[in-house]
Amino acid sequence: MNRARGERDEVLLRAEGVVKHFSTGRRRSAPVVQAVDDVSLEVRRGETLGLVGETGCGKSTLARCLTRLYELTAGRVVFDGDDLTKLSRRELRPYRRRLQVIFQDPYGSLNPRRRVGSIIGDPFAIHGVAEGKERLRQVQELMDLVGLNAEHYNRFPSEFSGGQRQRIGIARALALRPELVICDEPVSALDVSIQAQVVNLLADLQSELGLTYVFIAHDLSVVRHVSDRIAVMYLGKVVELADARTLFEHPRHPYTAALLSALPVPDPDIADARRRILLTGDVPSPIDPPSGCRFHPRCPKARAECAVTEPLLQARSGDPSTHLTACHFPVADGDELALAARAEPPRTPA
Amino acid sequence: MSAVRASSTPETARLLEVRDLAVSFQTADGVVQAVRGVSFGVERGRTLGIVGESGSGKSVSAQTIVGLTPGATITGSALFEGQDLLTMPAEGLRAVRGAGIAMIFQDPLSSLHPLYRVGWQIGEMIRVHDDVSRAKARTRAIELLGLVGIPRPERRVDDYPHQFSGGMRQRAMIAMAVALNPKVLIADEPTTALDVTVQAQIIDLMRRLQAEFGTAIILITHDLGLVAEIAEDVLVMYAGRAMERADRRTLFYRPHHPYTRGLLASLPAKGATGERLTPIAGLPPSLIRLPGGCPFHPRCPEVLPRCATDVPPLRELAPGHSSACWLPDRHGGPA
Repeated sequence: MNRARGERDEVLLRAEGVVKHFSTGRRRSAPVVQAVDDVSLEVRRGETLGLVGETGCGKSTLARCLTRLYELTAGRVVFDGDDLTKLSRRELRPYRRRLQVIFQDPYGSLNPRRRVGSIIGDPFAIHGVAEGKERLRQVQELMDLVGLNAEHYNRFPSEFSGGQRQRIGIARALALRPELVICDEPVSALDVSIQAQVVNLLADLQSELGLTYVFIAHDLSVVRHVSDRIAVMYLGKVVELADARTLFEHPRHPYTAALLSALPVPDPDIADARRRILLTGDVPSPIDPPSGCRFHPRCPKARAECAVTEPLLQARSGDPSTHLTACHFPVADGDELALAARAEPPRTPA
Repeated sequence: MSAVRASSTPETARLLEVRDLAVSFQTADGVVQAVRGVSFGVERGRTLGIVGESGSGKSVSAQTIVGLTPGATITGSALFEGQDLLTMPAEGLRAVRGAGIAMIFQDPLSSLHPLYRVGWQIGEMIRVHDDVSRAKARTRAIELLGLVGIPRPERRVDDYPHQFSGGMRQRAMIAMAVALNPKVLIADEPTTALDVTVQAQIIDLMRRLQAEFGTAIILITHDLGLVAEIAEDVLVMYAGRAMERADRRTLFYRPHHPYTRGLLASLPAKGATGERLTPIAGLPPSLIRLPGGCPFHPRCPEVLPRCATDVPPLRELAPGHSSACWLPDRHGGPA
């Protein structure tokens, strides 16, 4: 591989109009869950792209589409110049080495009856890379890299704590020296003191190995901490995309603003001073998403147009070209949304 | 309205007073010492936050108070309106639960029966304690569902739990918990399974109910943000012990115990993108083989020789602020 590394603007992965629908039954007329609907974004080499949103927004589905763990309903995923969506399973194999996933659940994603050494060594076996003593040496090297005691390769997952199990998952994902790692809620199941250990580890590995991350989490403070850029998703759509700092300091989409205002802050003064934008109701069903802007039934700024025309994800007036918002009436700095949201909400049909 | 309103307690007394609570479980691997001598209390209209990580004993403490830890060895006392809940016969405890002390759990789906309609379950809860007709109970259930913000409660009352979203189920749980107007509400990770925007709605709801009915709330959580948001007093637990107790501001701005300081320091700070976090080194101890002395000493960055042998008592540093640590009183300061 003699490609230039370290250039931040080089696009490593590009999603173009990715659509993923799930059928809810066998009949053709069965309702369709529109989990991801027309998402386009880029992941640049060496960066961390954060993906946030609430349950059912499609962030995990999108991640699985990016790695082609799911077949796309429409759209393309281009990895390092090659269209992954057209490849057969066999042709996909070499790419699997370069594209790995770390899963949320450190309990569910490790086979309890297999020893840790063989779990971490699986990628070597599957791809026929290293065998016997050489494989063991590499496994121990990996365990060392992620801060596990290399002498413990003969133990079972149950002998490790949650944080250590997540390290096992990380070691396995890194076995084949991937370029892009999708981290799907990697620290959500961990206690705060342990969470910080794993976040630091992921940061160290990124700078050591030149990794690119797509980091999915519902905990916004963690995402802010690790991400260079952040995409906010709502009901299968990206509603805002910007660099991490801009997104947190100048959110433009009312949903982003509401999400940020709802985040509990571990600081009593800030907690007392700020005004929350309380959204009413629940996220609508992705089977029958609202017309126009999907957020409009819960949006404190919604007007008639929002129910009719779907806003495009684009730079809004006054914003840099890197700050994209899908909203007809974006939030300006200093806008008071809190009061608007407290007024009697439009009743959403159940 | 309920059976237990007999004893008159002085206004100043705490509604619920837990003293020296210790809970252990016999397991195949040995005795799990889940809670080891913890005291706390809560007054009318106030909120006590109990924070701690997995295995700190925060949930077991609360479950023990309402008699939900069968098979455990329990010592200490838990006085509710002058009666000790820990020695009370099952019959009396049943009367207290619901009407006197109600509980909200993390996972609403496992606390709602899947085969009964939501409204029926709320109504049944009322009928167990009060002698009212089915129709009355149903009307009350509709009122309660409306109170907790379920849209069109008169229709939703006949839904089954699976027809509710996660946030709505948690609301239904709260409706059930406040149905009998309890004096104490114990909320064990009430919003952990919920998204942040829904979490904000639930917090808002709990606040409004407290303001309206003067309910005392014990909020059990691992989320320091949630504590900063709604608790007035905070108790920090670690490995079954109380590490520090203080009012909210003191705890966040002048914590004394190195564990509290470590917890606050390990959170991603506002505006510090890309900086390294400061985790607490090591792992929490096994509750079967606990270290001697202070349970936190193997991970403590400021450990003293005596910490490994002598258990530091929870001592008062200032009115309302206590810490179980051998470090000098003036050690406290911004984390």
